[in-house]
Amino acid sequence: MSGLASPRPAGVAEWTVSRRELDRPVLVLSGRWTVATTREAPGEVASRMHEVLGEPEPFGIDCARLDEWDSLLVATLWRLRALRGFDPVELDLPPPLRRLLALTTSPGTDLRMPTVPVIRRSIVAHTGTTTLDAIAGLGGIAMLAGTLLRGLWPRRTPAGSREPGMQGRDLLDIFRRHGPAALPIIGLVNLLVGAILAFIGAAQLRRFGAQIFVTNLVGLALVRELGAVITAIVLCGRTGGAFAARLATMGANEELDALSVLGIDPRRFLVLPMTLALVIAMPLLYLYATAAGLLGGMLVAVNLLDLSASSFATQLVDVVPVSQFGFGLGKSVLFGLLIGLVSCRIGLLAGRSAAAVGDAATRAVVASIVGVIVLDSVCAVCADAVGL
Amino acid sequence: MPSGFEAPPTPAVPDGHLSAPGPVAPPILEIASLAVGFRHRVVQRDLSFRVRRGSVFAVMGGSGCGKSTVLRAIAGLLRPFEGDVLLDGTPLWRLRPAERAALGRSMGVLFQNGALWSSLSVAENVALPLQLFARLPPGVVTELVQLKLALVGLPDHGRLMPAELSGGMRKRAALARALALDPPLLLLDEPSAGLDPVSSRRLDELVLELRDGLGITVLLISHELPSLFAIADDGVFLDADRRTAIAHGSPRELRDTDPDPTVRRFMHRDPDRLPAAGQSRPAEGDLRHGF
Ligand SMILES: Nc1ncnc2c1ncn2[C@@H]1O[C@H](COP(=O)(O)OP(=O)(O)O)[C@@H](O)[C@H]1O
Ligand SMILES: [Mg+2]
Repeated sequence: MSGLASPRPAGVAEWTVSRRELDRPVLVLSGRWTVATTREAPGEVASRMHEVLGEPEPFGIDCARLDEWDSLLVATLWRLRALRGFDPVELDLPPPLRRLLALTTSPGTDLRMPTVPVIRRSIVAHTGTTTLDAIAGLGGIAMLAGTLLRGLWPRRTPAGSREPGMQGRDLLDIFRRHGPAALPIIGLVNLLVGAILAFIGAAQLRRFGAQIFVTNLVGLALVRELGAVITAIVLCGRTGGAFAARLATMGANEELDALSVLGIDPRRFLVLPMTLALVIAMPLLYLYATAAGLLGGMLVAVNLLDLSASSFATQLVDVVPVSQFGFGLGKSVLFGLLIGLVSCRIGLLAGRSAAAVGDAATRAVVASIVGVIVLDSVCAVCADAVGL
Repeated sequence: MPSGFEAPPTPAVPDGHLSAPGPVAPPILEIASLAVGFRHRVVQRDLSFRVRRGSVFAVMGGSGCGKSTVLRAIAGLLRPFEGDVLLDGTPLWRLRPAERAALGRSMGVLFQNGALWSSLSVAENVALPLQLFARLPPGVVTELVQLKLALVGLPDHGRLMPAELSGGMRKRAALARALALDPPLLLLDEPSAGLDPVSSRRLDELVLELRDGLGITVLLISHELPSLFAIADDGVFLDADRRTAIAHGSPRELRDTDPDPTVRRFMHRDPDRLPAAGQSRPAEGDLRHGF
């Protein structure tokens, strides 16, 4: 709405109430009533208008000097209508404004934005619920593991046909995407970790002339702990997050429902190959990661400590028995299982929105990293108990 | 193909809608005192209706009144609070999960937003149920997939991924998938939403063809009044405020004779003016809105 003349200083929404008509007050609107030119909430303006207009009696409106309007004016009159209950058809409004106003059904009594209640809990209650949630989570993971275990053996349906479970094709596909594809990053990270260990060891051990023991340090640390843990942590971020996001997306998109309708259990059909692929990939990646780490350690040892590659290798075979490799391999299988179960469970339980997908991915990464480290310490305690 | 787009052929089966228990065979689908919802919130309750074999049954009602939720209970995805869904007389929710899953395969479901498996191509989406359940040689599967895609008007799109399709195309691809196992009962959630008028009408013709040619029963959730008047034999109208069915009957009956103002407003696509009972406006009004 642009007024014909009125070169007033632009940018103000103005209103006055005139008493020029004897029987009723007239609300005179002028200037630009646009969202861009105002700072006041329509509700406040409306309640002041209501006050000035006085008794909820009929009033007139004068829009002759209205330069421009948009939703702001509609919202103001809408709120005024909530306060006074007038019929827009009876007012002398620009026709488009009147039609818009007529479309808005009379507002409900509660116009406040819904507020999310903030629940304040004592730290004790908070700790309690968190612990209970964690226990329930562990129970859920155990149940998921049970379902997957049963899924390894195809069931017969009552009708006699085989119930569809994991597809070999999917297993291969997932394995390829999350095993070999992770080789460069796992190789690089472990190479550097091995080198760093050797650096630290070299600086300390040289003072005692015990350079050769750098092999013990690098070898034991990598084979027993770091090869498996670092690989697992890389996979938590790379694969756990991807698994959770994929399942959560499928849930949000009703793709999981589309499977369930056909009687296909998403846990057997999707989670089983994902978890199995990780369980198979992890020990292989562990061996590769350990090799890369030892290589890094040897490079530093050879260049910094004047050890020969062959003496490094001989010493390694002496101090790191095969049982240590077995320990690392066993742990990496457990880590693979843990990452698969935790992240898939989080993905399956995610909410049904795009935001929930991101949230699920984040939680899967955090939960599986924490899980890996906790599991690793449990393994360390057990190994100590049996003297491994 | 029935010639008249406007006039549905009168179904051969007598009207069994909520009358005395059917003669011999139970209805293909019966909803008995169903109450559905989420957590502490009941969306629809006291819902009862029967769907005759070989009919097109419309579930109508405004957005958010719970049509999709009822469909989820029928499809075996959401356990009802009360009541049951009887498929051929078998109470779905009293079965063990494995049996329910097997029975679920007699239904083809088209979800409201397609729910195509996004990591598979369109053709693979249609092929997966066949590969898993039909034990057919690969060549036969390929040809069946081609046929279903051609039926929904996507003969050349099999290689595309779901993300590469438009909304309407996704709907049609999902319909092809719902048809994959030749289910005797099809549940379609707003199949023509997002379709252009020509595709929408083709879809109506396809639904009629499936009913007449293959004897498939169709439960149809739809807002498309022209298509409802053209193809639905019977139906139920759900209301969000009263949380239950407020009218039973074919969309044309409801349009012409139902006394309930909510139903009449919906059927005449009119928020304000209510034509007097018996006076019917042309259904295919243009999409004029208030402003
Ligand atoms: N997953 C859910 N959790 C909670 N409430 C839901 C959920 N899905 C739908 N609803 C609610 O149930 C009601 C019915 O939804 P829906 O069945 O999708 O309606 P329709 O399909 O008739 O448009 C709506 O009020 C909606 O807010
Ligand atoms: Mg819906």
